[in-house]
Amino acid sequence: MVAIPSRHRSIFLLAGVVVLQVLLLAVQIKSESQGRLIRAWTVGAISPFERAGVSGVGSIRGIWNHYFALRNTSFENERLKQENDRQKLQITQLQGKATEAERLADLLNFRQSHHEVPMLAARVIGTGADAASQTIYLDRGDKDGIKKNMGVITPDGVVGKVVESYSNTALVLLLTDKESGVGAMLASTRIQSPVGGLGEPRLSMKYVSNDDTVNVGESVVTSGMDRIFPRDLPVGVVSEVKSGNPFKLIRVRPSANLERLEEVIVLLTLQPLELKKAADPGTPPKPAGAATTETKKP
Amino acid sequence: MNESFDIRSMESHIEVHKFHAGSVIFVTVLTLGVQAFVPIYFPKFSVLDLPLLITIYFGLSRRNPSTGLLLGMMIGLLQDSLSGPTVPLGLYGIAKTIIGYLASSIGARLDTEHPAARFALTVLFFGVHQGIIILTRRILLAQPEVWFTMRLGIAALINAFVAVFLFTLLDRLRKS
Repeated sequence: MVAIPSRHRSIFLLAGVVVLQVLLLAVQIKSESQGRLIRAWTVGAISPFERAGVSGVGSIRGIWNHYFALRNTSFENERLKQENDRQKLQITQLQGKATEAERLADLLNFRQSHHEVPMLAARVIGTGADAASQTIYLDRGDKDGIKKNMGVITPDGVVGKVVESYSNTALVLLLTDKESGVGAMLASTRIQSPVGGLGEPRLSMKYVSNDDTVNVGESVVTSGMDRIFPRDLPVGVVSEVKSGNPFKLIRVRPSANLERLEEVIVLLTLQPLELKKAADPGTPPKPAGAATTETKKP
Repeated sequence: MNESFDIRSMESHIEVHKFHAGSVIFVTVLTLGVQAFVPIYFPKFSVLDLPLLITIYFGLSRRNPSTGLLLGMMIGLLQDSLSGPTVPLGLYGIAKTIIGYLASSIGARLDTEHPAARFALTVLFFGVHQGIIILTRRILLAQPEVWFTMRLGIAALINAFVAVFLFTLLDRLRKS
């Protein structure tokens, strides 16, 4: 048996490890298994830190707001009576929480106004570990009824869809990811075309003929053709239109602020969501008033 | 005195730094957690590739190619696991395995303690890392990727700048 010189051992090890990983890649491409077990373990190990981080940031925000509230109160004390001070302190503290409350109220209002659609509010606890893929982790998972391919939205518009659901965590592919797409149409002309991500903040609307008229500023809404999102949910606004070959090059600015997501809504159904009442052509889109065949409550 | 003897004698003066196993694991988990968590509040933070920076750091410090490549592989696979289904397991694993090996090999031949050397090496490794990922995507995954963008160039410089300070911070974890 030929012994490997010690100075070459690391090269052989490198070759072996790289070949193994190439095989691992090949297996995933072939079986599309994507190593779910390993991912579940890693997410399970990291997500508690992320939850703690989100909770910690919330506490720091509270302390920060409280600190300024107290500072403001000390200035107020010089000019106001004791009773008024106490009331002002309460008001200041409430103002410190107003931003978060506004967001949560938006979510609640949205849920209440679309009670036919089973949905669940979730908090964003992390993002994908590489800059190339546009993904986020939610603090809800299998145990809360979240399944793969469920739609994720905010009151502002479409966010993406669930691509993996673990026991307490779910992974969402954002609309801006290169692999992402949603059935969409122009709100005014009802021209249908999928909208997909480019790996950058703006989206691309594909397959619109050069003969069709598309104007900058026009609203893009879901068409419901992907059977994930109900019709007429806001997707974005056309921000750039150029002639192309064979189709127009259309860039769309997402309606939802996908770079700063903190809370989202998961549409808890895998059944196609049907339109209850179509929006009037030419009017700005409203979030979906869609019905669903599933009666499960969030 | 021949040339190879000179090189070996130069190598013998380069100090090999040791770390507690716990500190390496802690830094790795912390880095992955921070990489996944901070962009929620600061989206621009995602331009940093902290797992790559710690792969380079431990490679340059340990100066053992076998340890460097295995650590790179572990960090890369963990990063793959957290990156969603668009990133198959092995994509970052392969890239960081090779970076771990190269960093350890270079660390064994050069003195990499000076901030300027660390800056230059990080730019170099960032480029190589990106090249391996694009090559893997093109050849193995049939995904067309652009070789170079201005954003990548800026990202390389930002990562190198952060690496200088991060490496100084991580130097405190060395066993005395």
